[in-house]
Amino acid sequence: MFTLKVEDLRTYYKIQRGYVKAVDGVSFGIEKGQALGLVGESGCGKTTIATSLLRVLASNGIIVSGRILFRDLDVVKLTESELKEEVRWKGISLVFQGAMNAMNPVLKVSDQIVEAIQLHEPNVEKQEALERAGKLFQLVGIDPSRLEHYAFEFSGGMRQRAMIAMALSCNPEVMIADEPSTALDVIVQAQVLQLLRQLKERLSLSLIIISHDLSIIAETCEKTAVMYGGKFAETGDIYAVFKNPLHPYTQGLLGAFPGVKAQKTRLISIPGSPPDLLKAPVGCKFAERCKFAMPICREIDPDLIEVEKDHYVACHLHNKK
Amino acid sequence: MEEPLLKINELKKWFPVRTGFVKSMVGGEKLFVKAVDGVSFDINTREIYGLAGESGSGKTTTGRLILKLIEPTAGKILYKGKDITKLKPKDFKPYRRKMQIIFQDPYESLNPRMTIGSIVSEPLHVQKACKSEREVQERVAQALDEVQLTPPEEFISRFPHEVSGGQRQRIAVARALVLKPDFIVADEPVSMLDVSIRAEVLNLMVDLMEKHDVAFLYVTHDLALARHLCNRLAVMYLGKIMERGYTEDIIYEPLHPYTKALMAAVPVPDPESKRAQVVIKGEIPSPINPPSGCRFHTRCPQYIGDICRMTEPKLAHVGKDRYVACHLYSEKT
Repeated sequence: MFTLKVEDLRTYYKIQRGYVKAVDGVSFGIEKGQALGLVGESGCGKTTIATSLLRVLASNGIIVSGRILFRDLDVVKLTESELKEEVRWKGISLVFQGAMNAMNPVLKVSDQIVEAIQLHEPNVEKQEALERAGKLFQLVGIDPSRLEHYAFEFSGGMRQRAMIAMALSCNPEVMIADEPSTALDVIVQAQVLQLLRQLKERLSLSLIIISHDLSIIAETCEKTAVMYGGKFAETGDIYAVFKNPLHPYTQGLLGAFPGVKAQKTRLISIPGSPPDLLKAPVGCKFAERCKFAMPICREIDPDLIEVEKDHYVACHLHNKK
Repeated sequence: MEEPLLKINELKKWFPVRTGFVKSMVGGEKLFVKAVDGVSFDINTREIYGLAGESGSGKTTTGRLILKLIEPTAGKILYKGKDITKLKPKDFKPYRRKMQIIFQDPYESLNPRMTIGSIVSEPLHVQKACKSEREVQERVAQALDEVQLTPPEEFISRFPHEVSGGQRQRIAVARALVLKPDFIVADEPVSMLDVSIRAEVLNLMVDLMEKHDVAFLYVTHDLALARHLCNRLAVMYLGKIMERGYTEDIIYEPLHPYTKALMAAVPVPDPESKRAQVVIKGEIPSPINPPSGCRFHTRCPQYIGDICRMTEPKLAHVGKDRYVACHLYSEKT
């Protein structure tokens, strides 16, 4: 039983020269209390998935097709007021990227959390909302007395915690964390990741964690999806994908991410750069950078096929048919 | 033993804190941000020396002090045995040619209005290093070739915005390289780049070190990358070196409680491995009023009592080129 199910989602951005296919046919499901890690380079469509789920796309972003199934609703079809009523914050919430700048510097942190609560639950009194904010602060490990402070008085780690508290303020079932630990120091990063794991367990929260850092995904998630050029290159159980990476792109990413105690090696890079999603190449989008590319790769885009239980890969090398 | 290329001795940089007019008239203590507070180490030729630490530990300031981009408050910098600390800018210029820097953010460090050719050739003009314009062009082409921006003719007339992030950073490397320096400070050179292209910049550093005997000071917060790149490593905390030695030794057997905490907190890209541990609480204290005694004592999980609070531990020699500033170890010596 999935809490959230996404079927063949396509989100494009319209610009003068045409459509940028930021997300181009992505399907996944998340169960209660489970964490899915979306990983990939900048510009591969990770954040667009997040903004599509909440329908908070930039003004030129369009969900072209697909379904986002949540609580017997199709988020794609909802009106603005239904979204506010059912989905945003109460159902799915988002911890924005860049905790350093995501808060309003001229409002007290308490006012910002109260605003979020009252916007989505208009019949909650201010006092009640404040009490709830205090409990949330305790939950994420900040002293509730700090509620009366401004965001600039918080350290980086505390701002990220406050952002998480705000995302939890209306008891969502799904929380999306967009690059939750970038720009944080190692020790603070470990603290934030630990907090996310605790929240997931304590609140049976479903998490979507977006990161370019494979090690963060390995630390927090049960499932992962490696994105490339708006599509899933490989997805499945975290053990399957990390222990037996099949897509050359996944292999490349893992090679570029050495473990701190691993044998000292020369680092591996993936030559070239991500495709232009405005005029994506025919066939597999990774073919240009792939050292195993075959003629068929430049003609036909491989489908995502199941190679073993809960392990899917989109690559002609593994297409046994 | 070979003389080190650079010897840093008790280097300090205290930035005065601006106080209000009244406060400054009334008097009282003058406040300083002790960004770097007595740091000593040396860098050999053909070596990538890592300087690791959290933000605010003073690692970037240290890098800039060595290049005299900022004037040190106290301490000595010896380059090939010569004290360059007090040199006037005019007298320092010949040394500047030998000591270069790669900045963190290639999106900010390259002038968007200059072509790649003029960016890379600028140091040559500033230093009047070439006799003719033809020689300049040759050196630029050579530098671009060295960083694998080939063919160079294709890049010379382009602008930074026309190339990718990894290529931008390689332009920055070429700019540092064009004067044939023997020491380069690489200040978090890959933290702004995508994971998949980090390796190309880092491997370039290794190649340059091996081919041209360039020494690097690699400033980083990423221990995993430092481990695969650096020969030796110093771990900084609040302006002081907590531990230094060979990278292998530090990674496999960290001694200082802070290094241990850092190592435990590094996430590992392997779902089967132990989860990153949070050994210490809180965040780095303010460098304006660093804690008394050992600066780490407020967060230290191995706090042993008053001595940590009262006395600042010295960097004690505990093994082959291994130094630790911690009372747990200084007692033995």
